[in-house]
Amino acid sequence: MKSIKVLGPGCKRCEATADMVRAEAQKLGVAIDLEKVTDYAAIAGFGIASTPGIVIDGKVVHAGGLPKPEDVAKWLAA
Amino acid sequence: MSAKTPNLSANSQAFISVAATLAAVALWFAVYWRLEDFSARVVGWLPVQPDSRMAEAARFFVYDTPKVLMLLALVVFAMGIVRSFFSPERTRALLAGRREGVGNIAAATLGVFTPFCSCSAVPLFVGFVSAGVPLGVTFSFLISAPMVNEVALGLLFALVGWKVALVYLVFGMTIAIVCGWVIGRLHLEGWLEEWVRNVRAGEAVIMPDHSTVADRIGAGLEAVRDIVGKVWLWIIIGIGVGAVIHGYVPTDLLASIMGRGAWWSVPAVVLLGVPIYSNAAGIIPVVEALLSKGAALGTTLAFMMSVIALSLPEMVILRKVMTVRLVAVFAGVVAAGILAVGYLFNALFS
Repeated sequence: MKSIKVLGPGCKRCEATADMVRAEAQKLGVAIDLEKVTDYAAIAGFGIASTPGIVIDGKVVHAGGLPKPEDVAKWLAA
Repeated sequence: MSAKTPNLSANSQAFISVAATLAAVALWFAVYWRLEDFSARVVGWLPVQPDSRMAEAARFFVYDTPKVLMLLALVVFAMGIVRSFFSPERTRALLAGRREGVGNIAAATLGVFTPFCSCSAVPLFVGFVSAGVPLGVTFSFLISAPMVNEVALGLLFALVGWKVALVYLVFGMTIAIVCGWVIGRLHLEGWLEEWVRNVRAGEAVIMPDHSTVADRIGAGLEAVRDIVGKVWLWIIIGIGVGAVIHGYVPTDLLASIMGRGAWWSVPAVVLLGVPIYSNAAGIIPVVEALLSKGAALGTTLAFMMSVIALSLPEMVILRKVMTVRLVAVFAGVVAAGILAVGYLFNALFS
């Protein structure tokens, strides 16, 4: 089970990012526990300055803008 | 992809995307040079008197709409590629702990190139301040990023000419540098919201950049799709308003309201610009029409800067991280900067 956090205040791109992570995880058959972090202080605590961000098992793998689906798949498979 | 062995498929991918881009740009120029003939012909088909005001307005609309959209697409595409080399995290690393002065200049410059969207303004602000970017330097970035952007510069270049675009670039950045420096000198850190002051930033992360040439061209295309998709309607509305001004508003009237003689018009247009919330795309066609009807350059620039840089929605966003007093200082300092630019240009270009 991978613990995934999508960091973002709830804008359209953050939603799209969360949906993309879910879809890719399902395609790969990876079990995930997805949490959306919307609190600004908590987001800053991860050390990023642009949203949406993705944190997998405590490691920031993406910050700023919509990620590419193939990158998401790569992070989930790692 | 291994870094040691040359990857043929990656190379050929880069070659194909560069070749396709060059072909597309060549096609762009071919269409662009024919645009005036094309629009003259279209207006000729319309059931209007060739020399009437209606024809004047129609010619403006039919020629300017595709011209502006094409130029905008080209500028946004180029800027999308340039921006793929920057990220807010990398910009923050460049600015953290920087002294004021140099820091303000660097922040205003990076504000032009760093990808920025207003929905990301709060995470960016908190991320900057909590990582040790001085408050005044952060403000320089925050003033420059929305005001001096590729849409504003591209449209000014397309509609009004390169001189005014250059003036806007230089003085937009000057306002960002000076206003950020002034706010920094006032030492208003205590006027941030308490939770912002208490944020302990995690170790600042910088994402490694593995982008290929094809990725960067893709980022340019994505920017065109995203930005032109968002602003095309604004542009058409703006050009429509501009067309009406061109065809119907008498020159004497505008010259008396927005001309150099009317000293009160500069503060009036700055105030007027605050509730008008438009992006650069909607306002510049109007700016072009105002200028051609005898409005003074300084007054018009002040109006444009106020509409773009001072907006109520942005102040509502900033209110999340700072007290009302600090929002008011921010708005006041920026408004003063815009006023100064307005008066300066009215005095210089007489």
